[in-house]
Amino acid sequence: MDSLTAAERLSAPALAALIERTGGIQVRELHAWFDRLHALRGISLQIPPRKVTAIIGPSGCGKSTFLRCLNRMHELVAGARVAGQVLLDGQDVYAPGVDPVLVRRRIGMVFQKPNPFPTMSIYDNVAAGWKLVGQRNRRRLDEIVERSLRAAALWDEVKDRLHRPGTSLSGGQQQRLCIARALAVSPEVLLMDEPASALDPASTLRIEELARQLAETVTIAIVTHNMQQAARLSDFTGFFLDGELIEFGTTQQIFTTPGDRRTGEYITGRFG
Amino acid sequence: MDLAFSRRKWMNQMMAALTALWAALVLAPLFLVLAFLMRTGLSAINLEFFTALPGPAGERGGGMANAIVGTVYLLSLASALGVPVGVLAGIFLAEYPNTRLAHLTRFTADVLNGTPSIIMGLFAYTLVVLPLRHFSALAGGVALGVILIPTVVRTTEEIVRLVPQSVREASLALGIPQWKTTLRVVIPTAATGIVTGIMVGLARIAGETAPLLFTAFGNRFWNWDPLQPIAALPIQIFAYAISPFDDWHRQAWAGALVLVTMLLLVNVAARTAAGRQVNLR
Repeated sequence: MDSLTAAERLSAPALAALIERTGGIQVRELHAWFDRLHALRGISLQIPPRKVTAIIGPSGCGKSTFLRCLNRMHELVAGARVAGQVLLDGQDVYAPGVDPVLVRRRIGMVFQKPNPFPTMSIYDNVAAGWKLVGQRNRRRLDEIVERSLRAAALWDEVKDRLHRPGTSLSGGQQQRLCIARALAVSPEVLLMDEPASALDPASTLRIEELARQLAETVTIAIVTHNMQQAARLSDFTGFFLDGELIEFGTTQQIFTTPGDRRTGEYITGRFG
Repeated sequence: MDLAFSRRKWMNQMMAALTALWAALVLAPLFLVLAFLMRTGLSAINLEFFTALPGPAGERGGGMANAIVGTVYLLSLASALGVPVGVLAGIFLAEYPNTRLAHLTRFTADVLNGTPSIIMGLFAYTLVVLPLRHFSALAGGVALGVILIPTVVRTTEEIVRLVPQSVREASLALGIPQWKTTLRVVIPTAATGIVTGIMVGLARIAGETAPLLFTAFGNRFWNWDPLQPIAALPIQIFAYAISPFDDWHRQAWAGALVLVTMLLLVNVAARTAAGRQVNLR
């Protein structure tokens, strides 16, 4: 096992320069709190553009909190606080005057449990990101809905029942509907918070394939507690423990030659 | 079988039977009231009762058409005041639950909810009747509306709170602003429940009598002017019940039967609507 630091392995400056030009995310000294609880303790890492980056770690290590900090969802929890920088295209999303609403349109999110809007049809769910902010052009909406459902590999299954309730779909379909809904607003980054943990193995596999495909056009950051999933799916992996980033590197490095003893112990299942 | 076991089993059955008995006892008053009203009031219910104005004192015949319409009229006025205020305040309480204003509003609503309705009548009397110098439908509507507000506030709050956080987050994460999320996602999801809450609240105030005595006052004739006194079923029932005439007594029972039936129907309708509530996971 070598003893290089994560930064050295990645040749950080080169990667950072790449990210600054192409829509990845750079995180600098990110701290997050829930009231007194210091949930993230100075995370610095780079999420490369149009790659799948997996965040792994045991329950309560702060991986979901980290994801929610990237699109400013963390601050919605009462008592939550954030410090540090999250640079999207080199611009800090926490800079004064930045509207979180606009950040969230550029950085989409898929949640652990499928959460389609219960009062809306399949069509309206996908169109929601446009309809609710005033887009009324029917042709344009039709186009967006079809494109997004195709991108989420759901179009063929639902094209004949677009006006049935979104909740009438199966769990796996609902999750792909949520992905389509997130894709509809053309985000540059898609955050996925354990998107398959509530799904059966077949649906899980479909979500994984989908994430891989999407990475051709969208930057993907996925939180997972399933190490096989991280290994199958991701190009880069970050290992979190107790609110700290223990190690970050290419997935192959992390899973074959982890630089930290704790990473090795976690991925071989000795704790977590 | 072992003795202790059969004893336990017997005890269990006894206790189950006992609780079922008390549950049945809870149902008894409603059915007794209905049965009693049917027996005494049904004989006075005929077409005239629903279409005619009250007859002159002491003469047979006449009806309560104006009182039935008056009750609906008063409920409309009360809704115009109570529903917008109650629903909006309830949404505020649910969406900003930990603000100082929310705590204060919630406390006030609970105090209002426990305030005797006659006090609300006095309030409307001071606010509307005294400045206008006469009783009016408007005053009755204000009295009932003020009684309606706290009920609607609290039921709306409860229902809006039932909307899962995940649904709100889904909307916010799409880059939809907070106020649009509340307006276009949260409220539609809670709509059926809010309507149910309003209907239950209306059923509650429809039978209020005390606050109407010195606000709407009652009227033996048709009235459509909100600034004039208006008839209402509860007032009419009260007036007829304390009268010395047998025919009026029978009509009071009939009025009570009509009122209770109306309340029952509203409650059943609210239940049915609640049954169709969007499945909130």
